[in-house]
Amino acid sequence: MSGSLTLRAAIVSVALFAVFVLGWHLATRSSGATSGMDPEYAKLMGATATQGKSAMPGPLDVASKLWEHLSQPFYDKGPNDKGLGIQIGYSIGRVLVGYLLAVVVAIPLGFLIGMSPLMHKALDPYIQILKPISPLAWMPLALYTIKDSSISAIFVIFICAVWPMLINTAFGVASVRREWINVARTLEVGTLRRAFTVVLPAAAPTILTGMRISIGIAWLVIVAAEMLVGGTGIGYFVWNEWNNLSITNVIIAILLIGVVGMFFDQLLARVARLVTFPE
Amino acid sequence: MTDRLDPRRHGQGLCSCCGSEPADSTLSCESVPSGALSASEQGLKNRVENALLRAILPRAETRRAFLKAVGGATAAAALAEVFPVATATEAFAETGKLEKKKLAVGFIPITCATPIIMAAPLGFYSKQGLDVDVVKTAGWAVVRDKTMNKEYDAAHMLAPMPIAISMGLGSTAQPFTVPAIENINGQAICLALKHKDRRDPASWKGMKFATPFDYSNHNYLLRYYLAEHGLDPDQDVQLRVVPPPEMVANLRADNIDGFLAPDNIVQRAVFDGIGFIHILSKEIWNGHPCCAFAASQAFATEMPNTYAALLRALIEASAYASKPENRKQIAEAIAPANYLNAPLTVLEQVLTGTYADGLGGVKKDPDRVTFDPFPWESFAVWILTQMKRWGQVKGDVDYDGIARKVFLVTDAAKAMKDAGLTPPTSVSKGFTIMGKPFDPSQPEAYVNSFKIRKAG
Repeated sequence: MSGSLTLRAAIVSVALFAVFVLGWHLATRSSGATSGMDPEYAKLMGATATQGKSAMPGPLDVASKLWEHLSQPFYDKGPNDKGLGIQIGYSIGRVLVGYLLAVVVAIPLGFLIGMSPLMHKALDPYIQILKPISPLAWMPLALYTIKDSSISAIFVIFICAVWPMLINTAFGVASVRREWINVARTLEVGTLRRAFTVVLPAAAPTILTGMRISIGIAWLVIVAAEMLVGGTGIGYFVWNEWNNLSITNVIIAILLIGVVGMFFDQLLARVARLVTFPE
Repeated sequence: MTDRLDPRRHGQGLCSCCGSEPADSTLSCESVPSGALSASEQGLKNRVENALLRAILPRAETRRAFLKAVGGATAAAALAEVFPVATATEAFAETGKLEKKKLAVGFIPITCATPIIMAAPLGFYSKQGLDVDVVKTAGWAVVRDKTMNKEYDAAHMLAPMPIAISMGLGSTAQPFTVPAIENINGQAICLALKHKDRRDPASWKGMKFATPFDYSNHNYLLRYYLAEHGLDPDQDVQLRVVPPPEMVANLRADNIDGFLAPDNIVQRAVFDGIGFIHILSKEIWNGHPCCAFAASQAFATEMPNTYAALLRALIEASAYASKPENRKQIAEAIAPANYLNAPLTVLEQVLTGTYADGLGGVKKDPDRVTFDPFPWESFAVWILTQMKRWGQVKGDVDYDGIARKVFLVTDAAKAMKDAGLTPPTSVSKGFTIMGKPFDPSQPEAYVNSFKIRKAG
């Protein structure tokens, strides 16, 4: 039954995709050439004005452009024009640096907050205020104080990725079952050992959930940050193509951002499955 | 003329330098690919090669016989093989040792930046021994911050920006300089197609317009134009700052009624059938400055040779761009994704001045945008009067002092002379904007002569 469910789901997925592409294709058909236009004038105008071509690209435009990008992902034609593979590589690099910094800060700090009710109460207001700030709001401040755009981008990823991990770690650590801690205490296990052998494994699933949320946020932030800072990365690519009003390339970038984001998410989901335990 | 080796080869145009040189000077002419080499550089290369040849074959008769036997091109090639002629030429061209060769120069992807951008693909930077990365940047504020942070050694800015930065308007104060203007003219007012019957600005009350930046001549010219037609730009219309690429999208979405923007943005709106060109900015003020090449004063004083080389490259690029016959080649060089990332037709229409107006007509105006690097001090004074007029600066303004500190007439004149151009002899000139004369020696009276302005 489950095999046929998967099959049926796949059929529905494909059908939905086909309907979507067909609708897209029909909606972006050109409305036919404009008549009575001076040919000399027409030569100076774009296809939107002369052929009645839709301003939105159709699925075929996107598919052929996507093929073009995928067939040469690593070309490098100077500082402002690099292949999509290189751009995504830059973005992933930045995200990983910012994210790992956030892990290094958030998990120990989360432990501290989770194990000490005093620190929890003391730090809570700061966390609550800093948590909802948008990455774009941090950007000018970062640029102004750090005075280096690539470090600013990494800082913004860090500052946005740190909170979900911090909160989840603190929550996971604080809600380790009292019995387990008490048993450890009865057996006279030291604090440090207790943290690593009892609390960490018990809180690991919650911590991983926080890490999973964070990587999603980091990947969201990178696009915004690179659009502002420019230079390299998939966000810069979107901005550069937006500059040229090339919606085709913007759609391709959106697609790729989604794929990479999904990859990160699935990766952490796998890791999370490794550390879950039955109660 | 025994040593005029192969006269048939001299019809290629680049050899105008050869006629005046003595003896063997025609040697190198055909070994140089057609391209962006200026007459002065060609001459220099010839002289270097001649000197070499004279050193190898000191006797004139032998030299001539040798040249006659093998031909000028072969001789030049043979010479280049044993001796790095290009390096020697470069060494002669340099006036001092470059403190830094790898530079980053920021730009905004608009046709105003043409000299800064084209100098990379057409080799004007490398000719000065510089390795310049021209880096595309997201907006004027980011260009400003990255240049102030020294991530960029120099940058393309709107002409009023270095003045604003030097005065600490909208940023912390840091002394900035304009050793060269990028382009003059090169903007236009674009309106949405639905307004094609509302050509009288007096009827524009309540409309929404976009300009690229507060400290821009786009802003000042649009305000000037509206005010001359009796509209108070702060009361009767809405002006908002919108990054140029978003202007076209906003016009399509009907969020704005029009904009005054760099020509390639305007032409793009026409190209996509969204807007039409109401007037070119040259119809407001023919010969107005638009964008500038800007560097911090610190860069100019800490690395004088690099700064001078960069300036020479830009002045030569400007001179090259000012010639109409080069414009098509330039459009091709700056269109790829690495630079402007724009359709070639659009850039050609801007740079050649044969353009579609968006209403079905083809217009021809070779001065639509042009390139003249001289940073007249009176340009800066006029900009300051408009800053005062619209309340961006308050109180007394030291018009001449600021103009002299920021717009570096002397540096530009020296670089122009080095490039074989004749700089103007005066530093200031008056001009007329929409029929109203501007006297740079009476800035305060000029500000006060406007009826529509921000009180204060």
